[in-house]
Formats: sequence, structure tokens, C-alpha cells
Amino acid sequence: MVKLPEHRGKQLFRKYSIPLPPGEVAASAEQAERLVREGRVPLPCVIKAQVLAGGRGKGGAVRFAATAEEVRHAAEAILGREFQGEKVRQVLLEQKLELRQEFYVSVTLDRSRRQPLLMASAAGGVEIESVPDEKIRRIAIDPTVGLVGYQKRAVAKALGLSAGPARSLEGVLDGLWRIFDEEDAELVEINPLAWVGDGLVALDAKVIIEDDALFRHPEHRTLHGDLTPLEAKAREKDIAFVEIGGDIGVIANGAGITMATLDVLSQEGGRPGVFLDLGGTDDPKKVAEAFLLMSEARPKVVFINIFGGVTRCDTVARGLIEAMRISPPQFPLVARIRGNNEREGVSLLREAGVNSFTDLAQAARRVVELEQAPQPPPGIRPVPAGGPVAAPEAR
Amino acid sequence: MSVLVGPDTRVLVQGITGHQGTNHTRNMKQFGTEVVSGVTPGKGGSVVEGVPVFDSVEEATQATQPNAACLFVPAPFAKDALIETVDAGIPLAVIVTEHIPFHDMLSMLSYARAHGARIIGPNCPGVATPGPERGAKVGIIPNMIFRPGPVGVVSRSGTLTYEIVNGLTEAGLGESTCIGLGGDPVPGTTFVEALEMFREDPQTKAVVLVGEIGGPAEEEAAEYIARSFHKPVVAYIAGRSAPPGKRMGHAGAIISRGRGTAESKVEALTRAGARVARFPYEIPALVQEVLKGAGSR
Repeated sequence: MVKLPEHRGKQLFRKYSIPLPPGEVAASAEQAERLVREGRVPLPCVIKAQVLAGGRGKGGAVRFAATAEEVRHAAEAILGREFQGEKVRQVLLEQKLELRQEFYVSVTLDRSRRQPLLMASAAGGVEIESVPDEKIRRIAIDPTVGLVGYQKRAVAKALGLSAGPARSLEGVLDGLWRIFDEEDAELVEINPLAWVGDGLVALDAKVIIEDDALFRHPEHRTLHGDLTPLEAKAREKDIAFVEIGGDIGVIANGAGITMATLDVLSQEGGRPGVFLDLGGTDDPKKVAEAFLLMSEARPKVVFINIFGGVTRCDTVARGLIEAMRISPPQFPLVARIRGNNEREGVSLLREAGVNSFTDLAQAARRVVELEQAPQPPPGIRPVPAGGPVAAPEAR
Repeated sequence: MSVLVGPDTRVLVQGITGHQGTNHTRNMKQFGTEVVSGVTPGKGGSVVEGVPVFDSVEEATQATQPNAACLFVPAPFAKDALIETVDAGIPLAVIVTEHIPFHDMLSMLSYARAHGARIIGPNCPGVATPGPERGAKVGIIPNMIFRPGPVGVVSRSGTLTYEIVNGLTEAGLGESTCIGLGGDPVPGTTFVEALEMFREDPQTKAVVLVGEIGGPAEEEAAEYIARSFHKPVVAYIAGRSAPPGKRMGHAGAIISRGRGTAESKVEALTRAGARVARFPYEIPALVQEVLKGAGSR
């Protein structure tokens, strides 16, 4: 998922005619001050860090200023600071408006009904999760028909709006739906949507674009949302790679089997840290790439768990061995393979010096032992740990 | 007996001339499936694995009367291919392709429903029914893991499903039909719909349900089981150790805003009377247990 920073989301809002406060982006305190002095952002104004994390208000990443001087101080205080691990490189300056009320509106996917869902609430400006169900109006949208008039009127009524503000709301909802639909969004959320004068204005913008639709939206390709640097690198190589913070690396083929592997390792007391999904591949070059990526994550041990279904286990084993030749792994390796020709696969791996098992629980225990073993001194290449290489009950 | 596919299934393969399309056409035929035609625009007139290739689904349908389609079409063209399948009157489409935008899938699903067609997938291994003489398979599930038996399998996973089916077979149990629903956020067929089919199938005496974190599908299945499914269910949920907010390899496998956790699913299924395995390898023994007790239910 590609989360757009607020100002990028607001560029989309502008494109789809959703009203915004007058505002500009600045990358330095001097630039921020100049934008205000030149009258491009009217005072008083709000200065907001352009980071993806939530809770900016409480975290001091949103500030208010009444003079150009204060704007510079506020921008200085925010820019360059780390906010939940993310460095602030830009601030958004916007005029601070007198508002009558704050609303919540969003369009997202309802996985239960398998339809788009419009949500609206008169209790805006707070996390929607904290709003009781009866205060949220939910409207299912037929994706082939789109948002229709009566649905917009129903939302206006639920929010207690009529006349000018109701017409303004209908325009906002049209924009919201069109962004969801035409920009392939997973979520388009305005919270708060403020009632200002005779109309409505979007004070915040949360837009998440769907990864799988990026081929239609190359302009968002450079944004990695909240991927870690390694995850972003893996994505460029088309490898599914996820970091979750422990010290065991897991390489498996398929998302379900990967999750099951993490569960078994956790049960055995291990701390899985990264996982890499090989998918259906048995191409040694791709496996070698996987080893290289894994090395960068510096795992204490790597567990390869493969079910050889379409690809036979001996082919999988040969692929692994070839990959080890191309890119010798810089970590101890434990393998567990099951499926078609598993006996041959296990013995091939044993000959290559890899701890190999067919039993998942046994293999997981060996992995956790290696994780908890004292680390070898630097300079010594950790080879697959010694002892007789177990390959129990291979068929 | 079986659900969705059986001896009278006649498969059309869309994207048959691609690497995957060709290999899996061969595998489907080896399983015993009648693959009657293939479609690749511009490649009409050729023959792949003994199967005649046509330029369009309409031509293939007129010539070979398929009643199921298997789609190996790249994601950007999958919507087009599915609509073509539905318009030709083919009632079942298995979409193997992954990375189809869910926005496309929303309209594909809506279109299929309006025309009375069923989609399995996308991003799924498909459907397989092993047979005493010949089996029938639409998709990419490995052939070697099956034997005919009383267990219906329905799953959001791919490889994990193979491993579980293999375990059932090794334990001497065997399967009626295995349905891989796929790991995407908008599946064409849900657990509840699969359970509805297994309910009507006399061969299926017990169901293994393999779920994962993310989305409400397992909780909805639990509600359905409690309300109207009276065959025993053994369930497994992958992703208990998954941190919130991380997409665990499948587009649909994400705990978002605190919803879709493994705990919630395990609890709902347990409350509904399903036996929930902690690990995949516990499943065969649990199935043996519930089958023994099934007579008394």
C-alpha cells in the first residue's frame, strides 16, 4: 500500500475539486517565513509536518502561528526532527480557519460485502475507531454504478446539513468517490472535514493507493509508503520481503506457509525477524538474490521451509545448492522440505552440509537452538552448524 | 460426488500459450481433467499439449462447449478476460493470476454475479476433485497430493493448502474436493459460499478450513457454521504471530485497525464448534477424531 503524505493527498483533492484551505509546502524555515510574508499563506496559520505517522497533533508535529516570525520558529522546531522514526523534510502551511463543526467522511473497501463503503459521521476530528457505531452513517456503493444522488442526500441529512453546506458536501463526496475509483485508492479519508462559512473544507487528507494498481499510476511508484529500506529494495526486485523485528530469517514458498512457519517458530520460543516469500520460483538466481537480501537483514539463522508441490523437492534442493554456490549465505541455514521427492531433496541438501528435516516442529526447534547459541567470532564464516545432520523419517 | 468440478467438467484455458498456461494444461490433463480448448488472442489455430487454441472465448465455446475456465492472464488484462468468459456463458472461472487490482475485481465480481457466473480466486490455486479413475482439476494444485475421500478442504492459502492436503492423504483420509479461495481482499468465492456447497455434497463428511489473518471471512464462516452447518469442521488460522499493520505476503493478510486478528478468528470458530488446530500438522489427527464422532452428531 502506498500512503500518500498529506500534501500529496491534497493535490489529488484539488484535482477532484474538493475545497482546501489556502496552503503551500515548505522545505525550510526561511521558505516558510517567505511564503507567509508574500501573502501566499494568510495568517494565522497552521504548520504541519509531512510525515506518514498518525498522532501528529499530540506529538508536537502540528503547530500554530499568528506572525511570520512564529511561522519560522515553528518550522525550525519541526523540520529535520524525527517523528516516530521518520525524518520531517517538509511542512505544509495552511491558513487557520474559523470553523463551526468538524465531520468525518471516507470511502474504503468493505471486505465483508465486497463493495466500496462510504462512511460519514458528525463526530469528526477524532479517530473514527472511537466513534460509536450508531453515530456513523454507512452506505454501500455499487462499483459499477458509482455514488448516486440519493446516497449523497442521505449523508447530508445524517450530518445535519442543508442548503449551501449540503451542496458543498455533495461536491466533496463526488470527489471522494472519484478518487477512490479513478485513482485506485484503498482508502480516501477526510478527517476533519470542516464547516467553514457557507461550505466545507478538507483540513486533512489520508489517501492510500493500492499497490497492485500502480501500473496505472506510475506517478506514485517512487513513494514506498511505510516500507523499510530493505523492503523497498526487495520490492524493486519483485521479491516479497517483510521485516518484523526479530532475528530469525524465514524463506518459504507462499504466504500461508510463511505465516504458519512464523507461528511455529514463535511457539518454540524463537523470534522471527524477516520473511521472504519465494512464491512459485525454483530459479537458483532468484534464490541467490533472496540469500543476498537476507544477508543484509543480518539474521542469526535462516530457516528455509518449502513444500515442493508443482516443483519437486529435488529440483528445489538443487536450486538451493546452486544459489549457495552463486551467493554463499552468510548465516547458518536450516532447511525443511516436504512433498514430492522429499527424500531425494533432503539427502541432496545433507550432502551440501545443510541441516535438513522433513518434520516442521523438529526443524523449528533446531532453528531456535541456533538462534540462541552464542554467535561465532567475526571473520569466521558461520557454516551450517555441526553434529549429525538429521533427516528423520524421510519417506 | 464432489463440488464445483467433477468428471463432466470441460476446461477452457485462457492464456494457454504462456509458460504457466502450457505447464498447467499438461498437469490438469495428467490429473484426468478434460481440457477442451485454449484461448490466446492472435494464436488461434495452433495446438498446445494436444489442445486446440482459439483467438477468442466465443469461438472456443462454439467449437468445444467448455463449462469451466482457468485464467492465466496477466493482471492488467484479467478483467477483460473474465468478462469475455462470462459473456460466453461459461458458469465457472478460476483465476490463478495474482496482483489483480481489487478495484478490477469489484467490478468483475459484480458482473459475474449479475450473469450467474462463479469466480474462484483471484490469486488462488484453484479447485481439484480427485477421482477413483480420473480426477478433475481447474488450477495449479499439485496432482500428487490427493486421494479420494470424505474431507472437503477450503483455504485462503496456496502452498500451505498443498501441505495440509498432503498430510490428510498421508494419514489415509483423502479429500472430496479442495477449493483454494485465494489470498486477495476481494475473493470471488468466500468461505461461507464454499461451506454452502460442501453442505449439499453427500461425499463430504467433514471440512478443513484454512484461514489466515485479515478481513472478516473466518468470523463470517464461524457464524454460518453455528447457524446452519452441521458437518464437523477442523480449522487452522495462519498468522498468530503476525504484527498488526504488516501485509503478510498476501494482499488480504493484514490486521488493519485492530481487526482481522488470529485470536478473533480462532475464538469465533471455537465458539461455533469447530476444532481449531494450533499448527498445520495437528490437522489430520483432529479430522480423524471428528470423523469418528460424526456419526453421533
